[in-house]
Amino acid sequence: MTRIDSGSNTIPVRDEYVGIAENDRPTSVLLRELVAHLRGNRTQLREEWARRITEAKLLTAMTKDEIFAEATSVYDNYVEALETGTFEALQAYARDLSERIIPRGVETDEVVGIVLLLRDVLARSLFAKYQNDFTMLNRILDAYEPAANRIANTVAVGFVQERERIIREQQEAIRELSTPVLQVRERLLILPIIGVIDPQRARQLTEQLLRGIRTNRAKVVVIDITGVAAMDATVANHLVQTVEASRLLGATVIVTGLSPEIAQTIVNIGVDLGKMNTVGDLQGGIEQAERLLGYKVVAHTTETQ
Amino acid sequence: MDVPILKQGDFLIATIQAALTDADLLQLRTGLVQKVVSCRARGVIVDVTSLDVMDSFASRTLREVAQMIRLRGAETVIVGIQPEVAFAMVQLGLKLEDVATALDLEEGLAHLSQRSASGA
Repeated sequence: MTRIDSGSNTIPVRDEYVGIAENDRPTSVLLRELVAHLRGNRTQLREEWARRITEAKLLTAMTKDEIFAEATSVYDNYVEALETGTFEALQAYARDLSERIIPRGVETDEVVGIVLLLRDVLARSLFAKYQNDFTMLNRILDAYEPAANRIANTVAVGFVQERERIIREQQEAIRELSTPVLQVRERLLILPIIGVIDPQRARQLTEQLLRGIRTNRAKVVVIDITGVAAMDATVANHLVQTVEASRLLGATVIVTGLSPEIAQTIVNIGVDLGKMNTVGDLQGGIEQAERLLGYKVVAHTTETQ
Repeated sequence: MDVPILKQGDFLIATIQAALTDADLLQLRTGLVQKVVSCRARGVIVDVTSLDVMDSFASRTLREVAQMIRLRGAETVIVGIQPEVAFAMVQLGLKLEDVATALDLEEGLAHLSQRSASGA
């Protein structure tokens, strides 16, 4: 009797205990349920998502099949991140995805857009599933939202970081390529400048040239700016500084290839280029440099005749 | 620190070996301007290879030296300005206008020989 009594006493207690657990079910349990739901409806949700992407005219640089394939792997990674609560795999995937799609001209807003679309598609399916149980829906959403936000964040940040990495690499490559100091004859250097000159590049250019003058023991330097599209006051002043610094090392500078536009700008700005040696084109510059150095170029055929 | 002034043929060579105080610079100026006539020199070389800083006073004094020596009938060449020093100088607006410069002592001597050869 006592046993039965105690048994009957404990049953409601246990019930209550289980009931409390129902209400306070930890997020992980809810997430597991959520993941099971997402796995169960994988095909349908994925298709819905791909359809919404096309509808929103996102990822226009990719074909339908590609979108679907990417959607599948994003979906699986998404569900996995929800399930495990770790974002390393997703991060790695986001970086890899970005690396593949950035060269194809996919923009940041598109990537953010598709992740937010997926978030929306999944939230809607949750609404549909739990529309009769409002408290449950609330709790599921409480578990889902933070994780979904973090996933959206991870993917977007991964994309932007990848982009920045590419930009940094390219800038470095341009910087390294951009300032060759070349020796054409004993004591004669040429420095062809191509592209835009910003203060940082101008500084690097000057440093490289001065070092080049020292190591090659140059007496004359021809700076060719045919490839420079535009010049403002700052850049013109940098050029003047470069010429003066070279002179302090005992080298004469000849500037060649000033375009009509640049000549006009320089006259308008009023930069004093009076002390600068300018020659129309690179050939003329090299010829003058050779004269200064005492070289005489004689065609072989004329010499023998 | 005293800067030695050496006579080499027709030329005087002053090699600055360490950072100079303003007084040292003025002493160098006086020494050079006196010796250039007493030694009957036709050219003066000031070697600044070991200087890693050139301030406005030093640069102005060197310019004055060059001008005074020209009035005393000789040529001056400043040699051995380091690339970093040259860059810093132009940024500070110290351009050593109207003063001949050369890469190193050898270049400076070649420059002076050429000048005196063409002048003679």
